[in-house]
Amino acid sequence: MDKFWQTLADLDRRWLFAVTFLAISIPLLTGIVLPQKVTPMVENVFNAIDELPSGTKILIPLDYDPSAEGELQPMADAFVRHAAQKKHKLYFMTIWPTGVAMIQRQIATLKKEYPEYEYGKDYVNLGYRPGYEGVIKLITSDLPKLYGSDQQGTPVSKISMMAEIDSIKKFPLIVNVSAGDPGLKQWVQYAATPFDSIEIVGGTTGVQASTLYPYIPNQMIGMIAGIKPAAEYEKLMFEKYPEIEEVPSSNMANVYMTSQEAAHFMLIAIIILGNVVMWQTSGKRGRS
Amino acid sequence: MKQSTVIWIVVMILAGAYLSWRAINYQAGAVYVAPKVITDVESGNSITTWSQVPDVDRDKPGVEFSLARTLGIWLSAIFTLAIFSFLFGDNVVYKIAESIFVGASAAYAMVVGFWAAFMGIFVAQLAPQFSQSTFIPGDDRTEPEWMMLIPLAMGIMFLWRLMPVGGWISRWPLAFFIAVFAGLRLVSHFEADFVVQIKSTILPLIVFAEDGSFDLKTSLWNSIMVLGTLSCLTYFFFSVEHTGVVGKISRVGIYLLMITFGVGFALTVMSRYSLLIGRMNFLLKDWLNLGASL
Repeated sequence: MDKFWQTLADLDRRWLFAVTFLAISIPLLTGIVLPQKVTPMVENVFNAIDELPSGTKILIPLDYDPSAEGELQPMADAFVRHAAQKKHKLYFMTIWPTGVAMIQRQIATLKKEYPEYEYGKDYVNLGYRPGYEGVIKLITSDLPKLYGSDQQGTPVSKISMMAEIDSIKKFPLIVNVSAGDPGLKQWVQYAATPFDSIEIVGGTTGVQASTLYPYIPNQMIGMIAGIKPAAEYEKLMFEKYPEIEEVPSSNMANVYMTSQEAAHFMLIAIIILGNVVMWQTSGKRGRS
Repeated sequence: MKQSTVIWIVVMILAGAYLSWRAINYQAGAVYVAPKVITDVESGNSITTWSQVPDVDRDKPGVEFSLARTLGIWLSAIFTLAIFSFLFGDNVVYKIAESIFVGASAAYAMVVGFWAAFMGIFVAQLAPQFSQSTFIPGDDRTEPEWMMLIPLAMGIMFLWRLMPVGGWISRWPLAFFIAVFAGLRLVSHFEADFVVQIKSTILPLIVFAEDGSFDLKTSLWNSIMVLGTLSCLTYFFFSVEHTGVVGKISRVGIYLLMITFGVGFALTVMSRYSLLIGRMNFLLKDWLNLGASL
């Protein structure tokens, strides 16, 4: 028996990588989806978009890059699908240079799934502007000063949905998805906190979450932090708008979350097994 | 050679053989696109855009194989595997992929920054007629924004450090930017992270519901919030020795901090797994065409 425990103690770490690969891959390949229980915070975020009257102007800053895509793309997709389902007017922007590609992905989704959405009338891509949080500070008072044209170079004066937008105070809601600084924290600091009229909900990485929770509920309505709440958001969306569920890629967060749960079970099992192995080997050596 | 190394070499060869078989028989990573003609109502001009179609639509009329997008998928997959190779230890393939990633990211950010900041804001405002005749044809600005000369001057001063003499000139715009950002951050942090946070902690410990009944849940929640904040602050209050009552309160603070760190660590693990799942999904679905497509 001692040999068995010693073999486990000497196990090549690459076997653990292989087990992780299997734990993650099987749910992805089989498409198994485990049920999710919706938490109140996710419900608040969902309601913030859902309770707005159809056609409301929503600012969507996508401040992340491809390195965070695995975690943030599903929630960004869910936000955009939900807002488009409600026929809100969408204003995309980013303060990350690499965020431009992330906006283009959302626009591709709109073109594919909501062909009635017209550029300049229903959605606009304001693109990237440099200046980090300075951008947020400036557009709280004068948006056209910095955004003279959209991403393609079309002057905002020729974009009908930009007609009444002189600052971000004209947006009843900001939906930010961010992977770091500058991001959701700066949107809260420079936009939502100083101006009571600006309401914000956010989607962010799990890493950032613990630093952002203190802003809820006084400075931020709610937040989706990581894949788990994103899966809950999808569930709420499917319950209210079942037609979205028919789109093949619309349950990405739920599929990812099932893989995540499989990986968590594996991790817990490995931690317990590792401790037992250590107790059986080092412990016995210590006692002897 | 160690037995485990032999096993892993065999596993890698088998995986490579499977990938080759998959690529040949199932067109792994092959992207097919369909055209869509968009016509501008006002001008009557039309352009053709190409969008990716699902695998089941490959044989439909008009659908074409896209070499550029297929190469993109393959390059992306190869670089992902190159980065994953670090799991077997530091190696040349990993180093090459890492260097290309850093270089491409920096170049991409520089190009986007050039067109968005230098051309899109600076040149467009300082020389609107030039921008209209070149890269923003629809721009309706006619008068130059002379205030843009100030950032121009500061930009030149920044670059002056490259000159053989007078490098100290670059310190002036640097000092200006440090002062501006220090001022901006001081005000925003003071308001958002100090004043409003204190306000958020001033909560009633005994709460009654609208019908006059005692609201146990909210009362308990508020008490945990207030006492938890006070105990954590006590732990960081080093002017008084942490003994007796103060010691016990600070001990509660430590426990709460430990719980917070645990939550933060767990969220980080979850985050990292999400990124791995995202890449695995790309490799299995987009590249190898395995399982149901997301």
